[in-house]
Amino acid sequence: MVTRGFTGRPRRTEGPVPPGQFVTSDFPVLTAGPTQHVPARAWELVVTDGITEKTYAWASLHDLGVVDLTTDIHCVTHWSKLGTTWQGVPVAAVLEDAGVADEPYALVSSYGGYTTNVPVEDLVDRDAMVAVGYEGGPIPAEHGGPVRLLVPHLYLWKSAKWLRGIRVMPEDELGFWENAGYHHRGDPFLEQRYYGD
Amino acid sequence: MPPRVRPVHGWRAATVAGTARESASARTIRLAVAGWPGHVAGQHIDVRLTAEDGYQATRSFSLSSAPGEAPQITVERADDGEVSPYLVDVATDGDALEIMGPVGGYFVWRPGDDVPLLLVAGGSGIAPMRAIWRAARAHGTPVRLVYSARTADRVIFADELRGPDGPESTIRLTRERAAGFEHGRLRAEQLSALLRPGGVREPRLRAYVCGPTAFVEEAARGLIGAGLDADSLRTERFG
Repeated sequence: MVTRGFTGRPRRTEGPVPPGQFVTSDFPVLTAGPTQHVPARAWELVVTDGITEKTYAWASLHDLGVVDLTTDIHCVTHWSKLGTTWQGVPVAAVLEDAGVADEPYALVSSYGGYTTNVPVEDLVDRDAMVAVGYEGGPIPAEHGGPVRLLVPHLYLWKSAKWLRGIRVMPEDELGFWENAGYHHRGDPFLEQRYYGD
Repeated sequence: MPPRVRPVHGWRAATVAGTARESASARTIRLAVAGWPGHVAGQHIDVRLTAEDGYQATRSFSLSSAPGEAPQITVERADDGEVSPYLVDVATDGDALEIMGPVGGYFVWRPGDDVPLLLVAGGSGIAPMRAIWRAARAHGTPVRLVYSARTADRVIFADELRGPDGPESTIRLTRERAAGFEHGRLRAEQLSALLRPGGVREPRLRAYVCGPTAFVEEAARGLIGAGLDADSLRTERFG
């Protein structure tokens, strides 16, 4: 099938972009509800397995060691942004420090009530971080600051904004968009957009 | 637990079945889709275009058709865009494209959601609002709409908004003054007044806000600042 009259932009030759995505230099905002405004001094993260629980504040999170990450990000609404730089603490370091049990699933929650489920291996095996900075400065509130999750190898709805909790669990429990028909894992290179993809 | 809303799966062939110029920069594209399953007001579709050499581009567009109407999208041209200029300026009856959907279970209105509605639209954010106001009015649900556009020639659905089947509406222009329109950006005092029609706080109300990111941020913040419960607010942002 060809769409008569459609030519499209000049074709890209560099780097891999997942199927169905277009590259943007903007940073669009997609959020289910209103932007949360949480001051860094009031922000807290609770990491728990239901028995062992540890709460982090801005300073105690930074004490775990902040690293830089340059990565591409991919939104299920078809835009990708290449070469973004972030500062944060690897999720693996947070879970290890919290001493929570080695469970296969996590339910991540946000200020404002948003939730998303992420397999723990997606949080610890690759580049996922508890992000505290974007492009060398604070993360703007509309992009999830002061602290958001960043799981760059999955669609961005997994990278919960205004991160408030990580609960590891033996069973999977669906989050907000996953309950609304989106894919349970969300790998952009496999185009896992919607339930059943 | 299975998902509450299952999107309709897979790409399916669609053809352009009609176009209508809505403003200087926007057009409605009616689509013929074999086996169109129907949709819920506020849902969107993904549209995929394929060039001669196989290059494809995909974007999401809100459906502006009410449930029961033939599927249509209403698109504003982004000057640096790739898909919207084709849809607004090039697409003609019979052109082939592909769609997936309808999708979306959050920015939607369903019969039975019987609280009065406040719709706040910026620019082409009016598209899903048409679906919502038509569906809600058909079920007797009160709807008020405030719509912000840059100039009078950028107002989409102007005739319908002012016609007998339109919602109670106010149109604001941000870049010019014109008779019949309010002037200036939508600010906190107007948003606060919208929650208090006739000076009395509407006790049960749901607000839908759709438009460009900065518009949605300001409107959502204003509504919540004026006392709207965050659970009563649905937002949809685009680029």
